[in-house]
Amino acid sequence: MNALLAMSTPMSWLMERLLEPLSHGFMVRALCVSALVGGVCGLLSCYMTLKGWALMGDAVSHAVLPGVVVAYALALPFSLGAFVFGVGSVALIGFVKQKSRVKEDAVIGLVFTGFFALGLVLASRTRSNIDLFHILFGNVLGISVADIQQTLLISTIVVVILVLLRRDLMLFCFDPTHARSIGINTGLLHYLLLSVLSLAAVAGLQTVGIILVVAMLVTPGATAYLLTDRFDRMTWLAILSSVVSSLLGVYISYWSDSSTAGCIVLVQTGLFLIAFLFAPRYGIFKSRSLPAMTASKD
Amino acid sequence: MMAPVDAFRTVDRLRIEAEGLCVDYNGTVALYDAGLCLKSGCICGLVGMNGAGKSTLFKALMGFIRPSRGIIRINGLPVAKAQREQAVAYVPQSEGIDCSFPVSVWDVVMMGRYGSMNLLRIPRESDRAAVRHALERVELLDLRDRPIGSLSGGQRKRTFLARAIAQRASVLLLDEPFNGVDVRTEKLMAQLFLQFRDEGRTILISTHDLSHVRDFCDLVVLINKTVLAYGETSEVFTPENIAMTFGGLPPNLITGPASSEELD
Ligand SMILES: Nc1ncnc2c1ncn2[C@@H]1O[C@H](COP(=O)(O)OP(=O)(O)O)[C@@H](O)[C@H]1O
Ligand SMILES: [Mg+2]
Repeated sequence: MNALLAMSTPMSWLMERLLEPLSHGFMVRALCVSALVGGVCGLLSCYMTLKGWALMGDAVSHAVLPGVVVAYALALPFSLGAFVFGVGSVALIGFVKQKSRVKEDAVIGLVFTGFFALGLVLASRTRSNIDLFHILFGNVLGISVADIQQTLLISTIVVVILVLLRRDLMLFCFDPTHARSIGINTGLLHYLLLSVLSLAAVAGLQTVGIILVVAMLVTPGATAYLLTDRFDRMTWLAILSSVVSSLLGVYISYWSDSSTAGCIVLVQTGLFLIAFLFAPRYGIFKSRSLPAMTASKD
Repeated sequence: MMAPVDAFRTVDRLRIEAEGLCVDYNGTVALYDAGLCLKSGCICGLVGMNGAGKSTLFKALMGFIRPSRGIIRINGLPVAKAQREQAVAYVPQSEGIDCSFPVSVWDVVMMGRYGSMNLLRIPRESDRAAVRHALERVELLDLRDRPIGSLSGGQRKRTFLARAIAQRASVLLLDEPFNGVDVRTEKLMAQLFLQFRDEGRTILISTHDLSHVRDFCDLVVLINKTVLAYGETSEVFTPENIAMTFGGLPPNLITGPASSEELD
């Protein structure tokens, strides 16, 4: 590269900054995986925020820890173990809620912390040196080819389900009574959405780790929700903000040599903050000129 | 696929059949031995005190609550089957929906068409026409792009009514549709119900306004945990029966002079 030319204009300086990381294979992989996982989680986050399942997302993502540890110990694909424990925690939450008078948020809180604690104990007792730090905080810069394949498979399943059933799931979130009354099996949709949540949490923990995966499952949806009154637009905005956060986060983490997961989530939070302050209709500093509600035609 | 509106009338079978319904909530009886039988093309008022079991009856008819005993058929079919055929539309007492959900009036009414669409729920021209028609009938076409959260209570009620129209159901179950609705909307809705009846649909409406029953209900069901009286409005909707429904006492006790002190 011609150094003189590269430094001559701000534009080419920026280009170089953007392109330089791409000469490293691990950065290309990290960017692709983060963008993919970001897009998938961004899509799902719309349903999570609208259904009010943010806490459920937190629960499932924490509850997969023992699954990951057991899978490593048994040399199974880690996503299999994680999925089993994710779905297991959901089933257990449903069971305890139904069979006791304890309120749902308390049940969720106690079940997922129980699972998480079990995971910590198992991790400290297993001989194999699994890197707990990587599971908890993500390790997308060092992601293995096998893990990429698993992520790809999981993402495909999640996207196919969410795209095929997007209208049914929206109706299920908005008005389950009506969904039932026109013959839609809402019980099935409920468990399907929870299974998809488990899958997405497994994919998400690849990039940002167990602790922060809930941000991937909530923040993009919340940001998009502040920006529009239309569901379809909300899904696109959530995906866009999530993918942008992932790419930008990985770049920032590379240049500042800091935690990738932290950077991705910080960018997401930053985007939310911008929407929170400046969203045209629902921001704190909303523009006065806009009418309270949209009257425009589509 | 879509039946023309007249088709509601041609089939002269029973729309709603319920017999010997018993419903309890964890041992507390809410309904016992309740039954009713409605033909096509009629409006039936459901009248009873708070807690008499009106909403429970609706939920049982929709299959949302499993009765401990009794049979329910809609259009001669088990409820689940009738629902899959889009035969029943239900507007609950409180919609229990999240009003800040990012959907427009148009989107909500389109949800009435989902059951008739393919798996991906992609609307065809006929679906759009049905939605437009439904919105015209409730006079909400101008507001079709408004988010659902920006509507008044009455406009929201009309939106859900439009969804029921778009669904083209032959049976409408409306749980207190006049709650929190202004006089103009009330009139519009009453007119719509009469049109529905003339199209051959069957409507079951619960209401607290007794003048509604006199104005447009062909039949009336008086309930208090069970059906106290049931039949043509002119025959059944007598002061005695009304007093019995709301006082929980047999009419002779209420009208008889001997018991007037007991009542106070
Ligand atoms: N989910 C429920 N759990 C327990 N009891 C209920 C429930 N829903 C209704 N009930 C009881 O059943 C009775 C009938 O209620 P409902 O059908 O709502 O009456 P209405 O609609 O006529 O006012 C009431 O006594 C009410 O307390
Ligand atoms: Mg009620």
